[in-house]
Amino acid sequence: MAGAIAVEGIGKHFRRYRERPSTLKERMFLWRSNAEDFWALRDVSVEVPEGTTLGLIGPNGSGKTTLLKCIAGILRPNEGSITTRGRIASLLALGAGFHPELTGRENVYLNASILGLSRQETDRRFDDIVGFAELPDFIDTQVKFYSSGMYVRLGFAVAVHVDPAILLIDEVLAVGDIAFQFKCLDKIAEFQREGRTIVFVTHAPDLVARLCDDTLLLNHGQVVARGEPRAVVRDFRLLMAREDLAYGWDQGSREVEIVSAELFGPDGGAVAVFSPGDVVTIQLDLRAPAPVEDPVVSFAIYDEQNQFVFGTNTDWQGVRWPRFEGKHRVQFVLRHLPFVGGRYYVTLGVHSRDSRHVYHLQEQRYVFDVVKGDENPGLVHIPVEVRAERL
Amino acid sequence: MAEIPADLTVRTSEPPKLRVLPRLRELWADRQLLGNLVRKEVSVKYKSSVLGVAWSMLNPIMYLLIFSLVFAVVLKGGIPNYSVYLLSGLLAWNFFSTALTMDARSVVENANLVTKVYFPREILPLASTGAAGVDFLLQAIVLAVFMAAYRHVHVGLNLLLLPISLVALAAFTMAVGLVVASLNVRYRDTQHLLNLLLLVWFWSTPVVYASGRVFVSHKSILGVSVFHLFLANPLADVVFGFQRALYGDVGPASSPILPAVSVGWLAVLLGVVALVSLALLWLAWRWFFRLSGDFAEDL
Ligand SMILES: Nc1ncnc2c1ncn2[C@@H]1O[C@H](COP(=O)(O)OP(=O)(O)OP(=O)(O)O)[C@@H](O)[C@H]1O
Ligand SMILES: [Mg+2]
Repeated sequence: MAGAIAVEGIGKHFRRYRERPSTLKERMFLWRSNAEDFWALRDVSVEVPEGTTLGLIGPNGSGKTTLLKCIAGILRPNEGSITTRGRIASLLALGAGFHPELTGRENVYLNASILGLSRQETDRRFDDIVGFAELPDFIDTQVKFYSSGMYVRLGFAVAVHVDPAILLIDEVLAVGDIAFQFKCLDKIAEFQREGRTIVFVTHAPDLVARLCDDTLLLNHGQVVARGEPRAVVRDFRLLMAREDLAYGWDQGSREVEIVSAELFGPDGGAVAVFSPGDVVTIQLDLRAPAPVEDPVVSFAIYDEQNQFVFGTNTDWQGVRWPRFEGKHRVQFVLRHLPFVGGRYYVTLGVHSRDSRHVYHLQEQRYVFDVVKGDENPGLVHIPVEVRAERL
Repeated sequence: MAEIPADLTVRTSEPPKLRVLPRLRELWADRQLLGNLVRKEVSVKYKSSVLGVAWSMLNPIMYLLIFSLVFAVVLKGGIPNYSVYLLSGLLAWNFFSTALTMDARSVVENANLVTKVYFPREILPLASTGAAGVDFLLQAIVLAVFMAAYRHVHVGLNLLLLPISLVALAAFTMAVGLVVASLNVRYRDTQHLLNLLLLVWFWSTPVVYASGRVFVSHKSILGVSVFHLFLANPLADVVFGFQRALYGDVGPASSPILPAVSVGWLAVLLGVVALVSLALLWLAWRWFFRLSGDFAEDL
């Protein structure tokens, strides 16, 4: 099986300006002082065999779009080489090249010819395109009067009808309504059956697992993981969890300060990945330079949709400090983690009993993942014992 | 070494080198895209306007009104059938200035395309020039109407100057167009500078005034023959060609309207201008081609 795309050791650097100079004067006087080179991609090699689908994931700014653009020939790499076989259609932005003043029909012809389709071929597929986009009533309306969903539909419809050997998709599916998204995914599945090669950028991990044969994880322009989609998606989550520790909101008077906090797994080691049913310990080290009356320590857990899942505090659990001073260690031991697979965020706080004074609040600063077995979907994890007997 | 199959594309970090014939083949394969982009330029320009293409025809008529007035009132000694004289030179000039103004913006205004889709970038300035060509045809109709109205047609060898002038005009316009289109990606000053330059250039080109009389009244400036100065301006040469072909009256020897040279002499001159312009076009194309690889990055 020959490679449809072979990327060999490519690197791409951009010049980062604090402010991009675009006039002669700015350029002559500013560019030296104001610019620095940085590598948006470095030493990336990947081979995509014909007829397979490669998923491309990574945090924002990790170079996914840049890699697609290099493959498409839109950007020229600064190092390495790229070999591609056959016609490439790139869906880097749906409806790129649609002109608002032109009608849907005019735009279909223009867009199709930009993607390399001849007039006769477009004539032949025109009805299919309009049918796929489900826009027959609007096809002679100027595109500026389209809703953004309609715009995307027409863009996708044209792009999938240009008959490419290689399709590059940059997270464009998320825009249409649910029905249309399903239709697009069907179309992608059809492309896969027809043996076309697809490179697919997405922020939806379940799509990667569903659609891709192989997955590449980029971070800061470098390949950090490559291989079986589920495993790479997991790596991605871990990576995000680790990086997220640096973010989050931090506020409060610091009369009582959270000096450090950690999550422990069942065996006592600090980790960020658990399984349903694990014993999890949230440990906080606190310090109060001066005495504080009756503080309350609390934690709250949120899921990926930012839903509050569970939380409690020392007051409700019957632990009180009439006078709190010096260093203290507080542990919340969650006896049995009832969560299904996913990502969870932990907020920690110390405040007065009436919650009026916030001493220290770290909002969703800690992250952990629960890795589920496939066998227990749903909202909560309930340990189940099966009893069966023959009557 | 194994032969590389036709559908295999290899891209490296080397700036691409222009190979004219394969590239022309590529452009030819994309001719429908070019046609569609020209159509887009033209129809976008006149969408939601009542008069539509008539606006393109009104432009030379406005010039005609203004300059006829200026010549009748301010300057003495009119040019016979001034409308035909003015419009024949203006036809060439308007093509040049419209095309350049549009070319300069062509890549920048299509940033949305350039950063999202791969296609030969030359198509953009080509399409702008093509759209200017449509204007050219419309304005040619206006000229034809005036020529018919005044029964002012010189049928003879002079008409042969028209195709040579057209080649020279197209090649020179395209050469400058490619340069301004690529310069404008990095330096947006280009489009503003161009407007100033075009203003000076317009008055240095004998479109509204009779060049023949200038040569008689001002033989030389600082020892350089004025006639030669004009010849150094390719647009003036092209305009001479258009005027000789379409207007045709050289006028009396004491006060000529057009340069008093033979048609053959002009034909040779224009042939040289055409060849030089083609050479410039080649250089400009190479330059554009080199830079075009980085357009998506700079936009
Ligand atoms: N034309 C450009 N000039 C300068 N810097 C650029 C250019 N294009 C991209 N970059 C930078 O390159 C880096 C990678 O960008 P890229 O668009 O590839 O990220 P991405 O992985 O697609 O991110 P996202 O998930 O947000 O789409 C970013 O830091 C971005 O700012
Ligand atoms: Mg991106």
